[in-house]
Amino acid sequence: MLRDTWLIFKRDWVLSMRNPAWIMIGIMQPVLYLVLFGPLMEKVVNNTPGFPPGSSWTILTPALIIQLALFSSSFAGFSLLVDYRSGVLERLRVTPASRAGLLLGKVVNNVVQAVVQAVLITVLAYVAFGLQAPVGGVLLSLLIVALVAATLASASYAVALTLKSEQAFPALLNAVLMPVLLLSGILLPITSILAPNWLYTISRINPFTHVVDAERATFRGDLTMDALMTGSIVLLVMTALAVFWGTRTFQRENA
Amino acid sequence: MIEARGLARTFTARGRRVDAVKGVDIDVAEGELVGFLGPNGAGKTTTLRMLTTLLRPTAGQARVAGCDLLADPVGVRRRIGYVAQGGGVTDEMKVREEIELQGRLYGMAKPDALRRGAELVEQLDLIGLDDRLTKTLSGGQRRRLDIALSLIHDPKLIFFDEPTTGLDPQSRANLWDHIRRLRAEQGVTLFLTTHYLDEADSLCDRILVIDNGEIVAEGSPDSLKARVSGDGVTIGVPREFVDAAAAVAATLDGAHEVLTGESEIRFRVPRGDTALPELLRRLDAEGIAMTSMQVNRPTLDDVFLTLTGRSLRDAEQSQAPPEEAAHVA
Repeated sequence: MLRDTWLIFKRDWVLSMRNPAWIMIGIMQPVLYLVLFGPLMEKVVNNTPGFPPGSSWTILTPALIIQLALFSSSFAGFSLLVDYRSGVLERLRVTPASRAGLLLGKVVNNVVQAVVQAVLITVLAYVAFGLQAPVGGVLLSLLIVALVAATLASASYAVALTLKSEQAFPALLNAVLMPVLLLSGILLPITSILAPNWLYTISRINPFTHVVDAERATFRGDLTMDALMTGSIVLLVMTALAVFWGTRTFQRENA
Repeated sequence: MIEARGLARTFTARGRRVDAVKGVDIDVAEGELVGFLGPNGAGKTTTLRMLTTLLRPTAGQARVAGCDLLADPVGVRRRIGYVAQGGGVTDEMKVREEIELQGRLYGMAKPDALRRGAELVEQLDLIGLDDRLTKTLSGGQRRRLDIALSLIHDPKLIFFDEPTTGLDPQSRANLWDHIRRLRAEQGVTLFLTTHYLDEADSLCDRILVIDNGEIVAEGSPDSLKARVSGDGVTIGVPREFVDAAAAVAATLDGAHEVLTGESEIRFRVPRGDTALPELLRRLDAEGIAMTSMQVNRPTLDDVFLTLTGRSLRDAEQSQAPPEEAAHVA
């Protein structure tokens, strides 16, 4: 299985690198947020009570990184629909290659891309806006990004393969991603002081809120159990479930 | 090579049960080139997908290339090659990359995959295309690349789904040559589906005719044609001898459907080529001089018409393909 994972990863990586421009275009949106929205946050954060600790950049940068990982990995299923239409998926499925390997190779490629993008955004925030974040925390934040990407990409492949429709797939994604994104406090953290009670309660139910919280904690160097525990457990459980779901879908006949 | 018993597949599409394949028996011996002929939606692709482990049968069992289809699908996969309808290469990959990936997925080491790939590239006239993106290949080249990929692990049994659909006549003839050579030079067993009569006719040793999920006939192209309606014979005679000649023709072994025209008679016999000399002798004995003669071999379309009451072309238009429905479900 590891060998097949590696072969499929290499194939997808070569395809991604054939048009490396897409990785750059992918980070355009978070970069625009950093440049055109970030400066606005500085005074707001300083003058409004209720924000989590840390400067505006340590609040915004990790959230933008999670947002990007969430979005780009969620659309990973599109490439699978291309393989499905062109008959490539069927060709691969007639080989003795492990079904789990066929999925995991793709997921690893999505993870690597998400991590590369996260590094680029962090470096930009550090160089251009004086982001202060400890190296250990940033490394841990990359691990969180990797798990988020693995979770969303696996789920995305499972959904794409179940729907098999280029129309239904993006429609469903948008319907699910928008509320998840807004409720996870990406742009403005949803704290008990800033948000009305009902909104705060709903946001706590959203698993990604805890992931964003944990990612922010790593950026301000708060590596205590208190700050990271909920987010890590939630994320690990989601990753395990998503990978299991994806693998099952790939193993199922007619997939 | 293939031994299938009662292979069946049922789909449920929008609450409606569709019996795409209704329990077929298939036997293919080593080295045979067998065609699976039927209109679109008759169950050809569904059967093929079952035999290649892509789709689990809802009933029945099979041994394919020596392995049990249900108990050892990985064993089957190791031993067969499969060329899907419409192929399966990635636009943005180079020819060499596809070949290497395919070989390595079959467990070959990189140098072995490349060496075997080079052989196949030569064999299938793909020389010089190694570094081209597959999207820049012509339809015929792409098809030959599909075949090269399916041969990378030297399988003894290959499945082709509609190998020449969408190709121009020249590429088509060229591909037929490649398919024939595969069998002649490497002793590969081939099982192909087609809805082209001429393709089944000119390529296959034996044909299975499938309609509505059932095998309705099987045999060599010639035996199928002979069995159904026989050859059509038309002879011209002077007007005054039409009735006498018709009476003579009716005495031939197996002659039927004897029709008379103004100065010709038409009838069918199992084999026109052997019936004619006999007819000539008998007419001579009666003092009747033939003015012309013509024998028409029946086509596979005649066969299909006799078997199902529809021509192959009508069948295609009137039937909603269950295979398509299955993909939506």
